[in-house]
Amino acid sequence: MLEINYYLILSALLFSIGVLGVLVRRNAIIIFMSIELMLNAINISLVSFSSYLGEISGQIFVFMVLTVAAAEAAVGLAIIISLYRNKSTVNIDEINILKW
Amino acid sequence: MSDLFYLVTLLPLLGFLVNGLLGKKINNEKITGIIGSLMVFIPFLIASVTFFQLLSFNPEERSIFVNYFSWITAGNLEINYAFLIDPLSMVMVLVITGIGFLIHVYSIGYMHGDPGFAKFFAYLNLFIFAMLHLVLADNFLLIFLGWEGVGLCSYLLIGFWYQHKFTGEAAKKAFVMNRIGDVGFMIAMFIIFANFGTLKISEFLPQLEGYPLNDGLLIAIGLLFFLGATGKSAQIPLYTWLPDAMAGPTPVSALIHAATMVTAGIYLVARTSLLYALTPVTTQTIFIIGIVTSLLAGTIAIKQNDIKKVLAYSTVSQLGFMFIALGVFAYHVAVFHLVTHAFFKALMFLGSGSVIHGMKDEQDIRYMGGLKRKMKITFITFLIGTLAISGIPPLSGFWSKDEILYKVMSNAGTVYYIIVLISAAITAFYMFRLVSLTFYGKARYNEEKIHPHESSVMTIPLIILAVLSAIGGFIGMPHFLGVPNVFEEWLAPVFSKSYSVFESFQPSVEHSVSFEIILILISVIVASVVSWYAFKKFSKQETFEEESGFGKVLENKYYVDEVYDTVVVEPIKNVSDKFLWNIFDVKIIDGVINGIANYFSKLSFDWRKLQTGIVQDYTAISVAGVIAIILYLLLK
Repeated sequence: MLEINYYLILSALLFSIGVLGVLVRRNAIIIFMSIELMLNAINISLVSFSSYLGEISGQIFVFMVLTVAAAEAAVGLAIIISLYRNKSTVNIDEINILKW
Repeated sequence: MSDLFYLVTLLPLLGFLVNGLLGKKINNEKITGIIGSLMVFIPFLIASVTFFQLLSFNPEERSIFVNYFSWITAGNLEINYAFLIDPLSMVMVLVITGIGFLIHVYSIGYMHGDPGFAKFFAYLNLFIFAMLHLVLADNFLLIFLGWEGVGLCSYLLIGFWYQHKFTGEAAKKAFVMNRIGDVGFMIAMFIIFANFGTLKISEFLPQLEGYPLNDGLLIAIGLLFFLGATGKSAQIPLYTWLPDAMAGPTPVSALIHAATMVTAGIYLVARTSLLYALTPVTTQTIFIIGIVTSLLAGTIAIKQNDIKKVLAYSTVSQLGFMFIALGVFAYHVAVFHLVTHAFFKALMFLGSGSVIHGMKDEQDIRYMGGLKRKMKITFITFLIGTLAISGIPPLSGFWSKDEILYKVMSNAGTVYYIIVLISAAITAFYMFRLVSLTFYGKARYNEEKIHPHESSVMTIPLIILAVLSAIGGFIGMPHFLGVPNVFEEWLAPVFSKSYSVFESFQPSVEHSVSFEIILILISVIVASVVSWYAFKKFSKQETFEEESGFGKVLENKYYVDEVYDTVVVEPIKNVSDKFLWNIFDVKIIDGVINGIANYFSKLSFDWRKLQTGIVQDYTAISVAGVIAIILYLLLK
């Protein structure tokens, strides 16, 4: 069995990729996907710790996260669609009316 | 008797409330006038009864203290709503309610048809209410309440015909001038409370007895009270408001600006006479101010052409005479002159009102003349008043003015006697000029347009006042005539301590009877000659030339108003306009406020750029924060 460290490193890498994706990319859908990536990175951490500690609650929490992520995907995509209908774009540089 | 005495002050208040609140609804001049007059007449009756009851007591016991309720209690300060009924306040109450009633009756005729009829009577009753507090109160604060109350009523009534700009300005002038004096009154009260721990007159005066002569503290209090008195009683330097106050209706001039309110200063000094007897320095100040005021106002009156202005300056001058009496430690004489002056000056003001009314609001005596036959009662009563003020025996003014002259002679010396005698002669001169120009000679008005007439409701008060002016002086005849001076005896308990203080440092001089008779003869001869000269000079005058030289200075009242304007008013205006407004307010106050606002506005102009509106920027900052926290936890 692999050591827990590998799982955690994988999780950290995936999370960092997700963060960078959110910060760097301009397409709203890509950003959205990056957020999902971060969620899944956390899921990996949770499952690894659950297995390592012999504790079931971590895995149960992952189901919770997946459910919320599904709901979030529904809401998030709906927002992106209505944004596109209003602005004809999903480039978030052009969605900047929340400023001085 | 004190059971009913509270009605004396309560009824005028009631009259004020009824006429003030319901006057428009009643909308009936008769009812309003009767209510207004009754609410002064009933107090007069009660006061008369009280007067006779006081008379039945021993002279030392004629001082009754009536405590109604506690008004203010705070720490050491205890102010009771309490009245002091003593010979002095009794005299004042009788004058106020008695003459007040006559003037109320007169006003029914004078104000007939005025849209503000009910308002006028409401104000008059409020005035009587305040004035009674002024003279009856036992503590300085309650006196001050009355003092301010009469000032307010004076303001309201001067500006009664508020449609004209100048009445409003005259009212403001009176109010501001009085306010200057009131500051003195207030500071005097503060000093008294700080040093004597009480504001009650009956507790304050006894504490003075141990003080040496001319104590600095007492001089300060005395001068500050006198400053208040110069404001209310129109003396130098604060007299200029009184002539302007003639903008009000004539009954107001008679009641407030001749008979009652303007004598408040004399009353105040007389009430605290012990204070002034103990400080001869203050008394001398009063004496000098009185002399200068009487001369100044008397000379101005010679060249005035407005019938009411002449009387107004005459009032200032006569008030000066009262202060002269106070300035030679002759307190009862001052009050005596106050009473006789109230009779004949109220009479002459009402007479002038009758003339103005009959002449369709003409006030300039250059356009009158020959009214003797057209307005018989007004003429006769006015003439009696003139003879009285000029000092022709045996009318009331003669007795009081002569007593003042005698006291000046014996307490101040011959030089001052001559000065005051000149001032008295000037009085006779301008009064006979006024009578001659108004009632004698040929008519100088348009006889086709104006038909002078009199109305009976106005002449009855004139007749009563004329009788009082004629015989009122007999209450205070000098001793050498072999009759008792009842007025002096009546007031003796009030002033006995002051007089004993005065005699302790200046023993009284006993003059022989022949000396007194010579003095009287001198003043009678002077008054008669001057009166006759003025009558001869002016009764035939028909043309009026432009004044020049000194006459012009007199006609323009020594340019005192102009001097006050340039020395006080304009600098204050300039400072307010150029410094307080344009520099202090605009630059400093607004500058500080706007500066603070600008500072933050500029600061935030740079910082607001943080808000890019791009979600990723916010996220980046948030991530940077998270990383920073993690680093901190790791490296700790």
